[in-house]
Amino acid sequence: MSIEVNPLERRYRQNFRSNIGGHLIGAILFLCAGVTVVTTIGIVAILLIEGLSFFTEVSAFEFFTGTKWTPLFTSKGFGVLPLVSGTLLIGIGAALVALPLGTLTAIYLSEYASPRVRSILKPSVEVLSGIPTVVYGYFALTFITPFIKDYIWPDAGPYMAISAIIVVGIMIVPIIASISDDALRAVPKELREAAYGVGANRLEVTTRVAFPAALSGIIASYILAISRAIGETMAVTVAAGARPNLTANPFEAVQTMTAYIVSVSLGDTPHGTIEFKTIFAVGLTLFFMTLVMNLISARITRRFREVYD
Amino acid sequence: MTDLSGISRTDTKARDPMFRTSLALRHFRGRVFYGLCLAGSLVGIILLIVLMNDIGQDGFEYFTRHFFTNYPSRKPEIAGFRGAIMGTLWVMTIVAALAFPIGVGAALYLEEYAKKNRLTSLIQTNISNLAGVPSIVFGILGLQLFVRGTIGYGPAICIGESCGFGRSVMSGALTLTLLILPVVIVASQEAIKSVPPSIREASYGVGATRWQTVSSHVLPQAMPGIMTGMILALSRAIGETAPIIMIGALTFVAFSPETPLDPFTAMPIQVLNWVSRPQAEFHDLAATGIVVLLITLLTMNTLAVVLRIKLGRESAR
Repeated sequence: MSIEVNPLERRYRQNFRSNIGGHLIGAILFLCAGVTVVTTIGIVAILLIEGLSFFTEVSAFEFFTGTKWTPLFTSKGFGVLPLVSGTLLIGIGAALVALPLGTLTAIYLSEYASPRVRSILKPSVEVLSGIPTVVYGYFALTFITPFIKDYIWPDAGPYMAISAIIVVGIMIVPIIASISDDALRAVPKELREAAYGVGANRLEVTTRVAFPAALSGIIASYILAISRAIGETMAVTVAAGARPNLTANPFEAVQTMTAYIVSVSLGDTPHGTIEFKTIFAVGLTLFFMTLVMNLISARITRRFREVYD
Repeated sequence: MTDLSGISRTDTKARDPMFRTSLALRHFRGRVFYGLCLAGSLVGIILLIVLMNDIGQDGFEYFTRHFFTNYPSRKPEIAGFRGAIMGTLWVMTIVAALAFPIGVGAALYLEEYAKKNRLTSLIQTNISNLAGVPSIVFGILGLQLFVRGTIGYGPAICIGESCGFGRSVMSGALTLTLLILPVVIVASQEAIKSVPPSIREASYGVGATRWQTVSSHVLPQAMPGIMTGMILALSRAIGETAPIIMIGALTFVAFSPETPLDPFTAMPIQVLNWVSRPQAEFHDLAATGIVVLLITLLTMNTLAVVLRIKLGRESAR
């Protein structure tokens, strides 16, 4: 008996000791994961505290319905609609560029490309999303804008929404191509083979079998990409201009919400003033717009996963 | 005869519209669609080539030794990139030193330690949401929390006269750390997930504790994947402009930071500064800065690929 007890007791003590260490390590690792939660709480708290203090001075009704955004001028207007319209113009325009290109790229990658072509094409497309956005801004300003002025729209000024739209569109193509490609490849082979078996050709298999089956994943990628376009900052700051402008004409200069935030932080507006607090109100609007889109996209993705698991 | 015509009539009715089209037409449509897909996927690549060409044409006129040793100047011929390079180096060193342990720790917690409960799934959802928050919003966070040391309500965190870290290297690094943390965590999680369960079971089977298993078996196996994700995350942080503009990285810095509490500029900020000037000479300087920036990114990405191929055949997908 005593021979049996001693090793057991020793093992028990060892376990206890290593468990204290184990718990400590577990707690440290938990704190690491907690950093992300604290980050979110910090973002929401800062935007809400400063944003709400803005709304005690400016009514939410004026902010969300006003059409004049001139907080830095002597005759102040706090209507955010020109910034929202600028943001949506860029977002929708970029979607019109990126949705067809991204979808076609995804279909080519998943349905047509040989493994060899795919292994070259997919990383090359993804390079587009790795290029810093300020580089896209440079490209838009020094290449696309002069090109448009020379050949398409000679009356345009030095800044125009369309060149920002083009580069932002190109920048989000990889998001759509990559996620939609994954969605298309997750469609079971049997579905395609059944369609081939009854004589469909590749176009018919793609558009009538694979694409509908992957549709939820593809739509999730669209929403994610548009949300990224709305949050994009540097390319629109450099290329689209700095004039709040309630317009749908892509050849005019517009200012997006992100570009406005940058313009205030580059200026010398003193902290604590109502002018400075506008960036929190605008940031809050931007944050919720992108958050809602990301949540919708995540929900669609989750539902889509349930189908084939 | 009447029977037969009856059959052929019902047959016509039952016909699928698809079968009325000729085979030749279907083949033709198929080829057109193929062409469309190929063209669509080449547009991005072609624009990439045009972009590189545009930058390459303007970007080598100022690509001299002075560009790397001089500080920015009002005269384009003697303006240089040194302050920006040093600033980026400072910021990235701190970002790497912070994001690596925190990111890997969080990933280890989620993959190896956490119970499958609501708290864990909350943390996981939160991480994927954070990855979608626009970078400028992180800039607003950094401006309040790190530059000024407050969340806008209640007392600020102050040491003597100065509150927060001010517009310093430290503020920029902390902001960028939070920005890339979701990317680092998700990449590390993927790498940890790809370690086969049999390795853990073998370790537990010989009596190892969880930490022994994790530290001497799971982590070494996952390390190539983690390093790849880390390098890619850092290369994203290097190009980020908006958040460090927000925290007030200065655009005209004629010195290199000496301590983490010094003001700084960074490569994309200096590029932005040159792009925003009307003169063509400064645009060429911007292009030169972009060349340096892109070469840095290319080097890091190549390193990531090499790491993945050389060290981690099994952790690569």
